[in-house]
Amino acid sequence: MADVATLWISGHLAEKIRAHGAETYPHECCGALLGRDSSAVLGSDRGKGALTPAREILQLFALVNRRDDSPRNRFSVTAEDVLAAEKAAREQGLEVVGWYHSHPDHPARPSEYDRDHAWPWYSYIIVSVQNGAPQDMTSWRLKDDRAEFSPEGIEIRHRAAVSATGFSTTEK
Amino acid sequence: MPVKVMIPSPLRPYAGKRDSAEFSARTVGEALSHLTTEFAELRKHLFTEEGKLRSFVNVYVNDEDIRYLAKENTPTKDGDTISIIPSIAGGCI
Repeated sequence: MADVATLWISGHLAEKIRAHGAETYPHECCGALLGRDSSAVLGSDRGKGALTPAREILQLFALVNRRDDSPRNRFSVTAEDVLAAEKAAREQGLEVVGWYHSHPDHPARPSEYDRDHAWPWYSYIIVSVQNGAPQDMTSWRLKDDRAEFSPEGIEIRHRAAVSATGFSTTEK
Repeated sequence: MPVKVMIPSPLRPYAGKRDSAEFSARTVGEALSHLTTEFAELRKHLFTEEGKLRSFVNVYVNDEDIRYLAKENTPTKDGDTISIIPSIAGGCI
């Protein structure tokens, strides 16, 4: 399976993820990424006009970290939460394409625990929160063989740029 | 009428891009065994190397979590729908 080149997200939603991480600090925050994949022709801004798979995040679905035993270094979302996120996505013609969580006082790098609990295809955004202030934000995809994550580029886009490539946005 | 197994989006690339598959099966374990025999690449995302369902993988028969039934020995009947739902988990250490 080819990796998606880039994860597109608006500055507004990226800021919401960072703010969620700061809000729940020193505990981990978590939520669902609602959006869609597209093979839109990216045209001039990619140079060759080739079909490039792209993934766009259009909504967030904040969730409650269910780990009350060790919420500083763990997060957990129940199957019921997953179903609720999927329902919210369907109602807007979107899909749950990934998940975000924070790493309080740790780098924005996936841990072994993250890898053990991941599926390929999903995008996993991690925001590092140091002393209560959000820092780096990264995105990752688990490789097919489950051996490791591949980094996924995050591209901050404005709505106009997104619409021009064939997405219809529902961001509010 | 066989048992229908719904395949979640993240796992469809390993199942010929299908969103469901149907099998004749008397138990959930049998249905999952058929599924991962037909689509071998799915196996490692559902089961550990020891052959146990991964801890974050939840399986439902119709709307019932098999953990509260007979787990993989939960009997199935024609027309049942099996869903595979992940719990999402992670952490910084």
